[in-house]
Amino acid sequence: MAMSQQEILAGLGEIIDEIAGVPADEVTPEKTFVDDLDIDSLSMVEIAVAAQDKFGVEIPDDQLKDLKTVQDVISYVERASA
Amino acid sequence: MGTAPTRVVVTGLGAITPLGTDVPGTWQAMLAGQSGVRAITDEWAQRLPCQIAAWAAADPATLIDRVQARRLDRCEMFALIAAREAWADAGAPEVDPERLGVAVASGIGGVGSTLAAYDTLKEKGWQRLSPYTVPMLMPNGSAGWISIELGAQAGAHTTVSACASGAEAIGYAVDMIRSGRADVVVAGGTEAAILELNIGAFAAMRALSLRNDDPERASRPFDKGRDGFVLGEGAGIVVLESEQHATARGARVYAVAAGAGYSSDAHHIAQPEPNGTGARLAIGRALANAGVTADQVVHVNAHATSTPAGDLVEAQAIGAALGPRAGEVVVSSTKSMTGHLLGGAGAVESVAAILALHHRTAPPTINLDDPEDDLPVEIAVKPTGLQPRGEGPMAVINNSFGFGGANVAVVFTEP
Repeated sequence: MAMSQQEILAGLGEIIDEIAGVPADEVTPEKTFVDDLDIDSLSMVEIAVAAQDKFGVEIPDDQLKDLKTVQDVISYVERASA
Repeated sequence: MGTAPTRVVVTGLGAITPLGTDVPGTWQAMLAGQSGVRAITDEWAQRLPCQIAAWAAADPATLIDRVQARRLDRCEMFALIAAREAWADAGAPEVDPERLGVAVASGIGGVGSTLAAYDTLKEKGWQRLSPYTVPMLMPNGSAGWISIELGAQAGAHTTVSACASGAEAIGYAVDMIRSGRADVVVAGGTEAAILELNIGAFAAMRALSLRNDDPERASRPFDKGRDGFVLGEGAGIVVLESEQHATARGARVYAVAAGAGYSSDAHHIAQPEPNGTGARLAIGRALANAGVTADQVVHVNAHATSTPAGDLVEAQAIGAALGPRAGEVVVSSTKSMTGHLLGGAGAVESVAAILALHHRTAPPTINLDDPEDDLPVEIAVKPTGLQPRGEGPMAVINNSFGFGGANVAVVFTEP
């Protein structure tokens, strides 16, 4: 079941709000996790696991390290769930 | 002529206990003789012989930022809440980060997180473990989090000596300042172990009160009817500071953290040495370390947990250590109200001892309806005024003893 980029962004916003306390409306595609959203590597692991549960898409560690921006995750989830 | 040793003073207090979410609430409830002991209503308690405990006055997760709370064990939340109160109480001093330290203990560490993580591991696999699992279960997690929050770079330490841990941390902090490693140290202890495993394990030792039908009267130190301790939870924190640093910034000083004494029973892993030799040695060494005479001591916040063996041995040890006039010393066991906070006990009880000195009023020991015969000390059953007994400033002692045979006594004097 394919999700739109907008749906993935909304889902990701909820996850990041829950785990890292960043309000969902601040989670926009161009933002980087480390520099813009102040999310550390441990929290990224939590976010990846939550994203797997929410989107049904596995994000292996060697892929996770390359996902620097919110758009990177959206694109990855979109590709993997297509 | 050498330089005078660095004097260490107490400039801030913090606590979250079964009696209150802060120091004023806890102290007020102590003076009112309230009990924090309740029935455990969780279904797991139905499988255990002991079904009472002293929960903290509030769920700490409601007092901590939601995101941070996800990353903290309950004992770390208690420590952080008490540390924030103590730091604010001290006036949030400006301190060179390299001269600011932390010494915060726990007897067990994040055992609730350990158990929950093990359930997750078995049911869902390692991938579902929180990446914060290790920092939640390690005993020095509280010290680490406090050091991060305050930017303390002199060192973040955790002493572990079971139920003496909190008092030992305060002693360690005094030494950090005396030895010149720090000007200010945030010190204390925390515990959050009201869990099926811990209640079951202490029950297996036959250490707990089984007075399930009368929770508020279950913790009764020095009473003939005592039948074991009641498990409590929470944290106590003090801000310790070199007198020079405190004076320079015009800080309010509660007391002098005059010294600490230690001993080990070398007798049994979990039972007190019957002659109280270790406890007596710790008290005597604490007085010597503090440069205080027995006649200056007006009050002891006893370890007295309400176990049949321990309370009597301690009373005898206090009597032996404080000499022929020990009968004039007002002894209290605040565990009669808070239950036993394990690694948090020595810290919360040091806070109580400091307040007793500051307000010149010893808190009561509740439920002492039928005291043991021939106790060599006076046990306060109601709030009791404290008066100097001899030369020099008044002194109070906090006793804390732990499994493993650890004995710690900490001495505080009037500024």
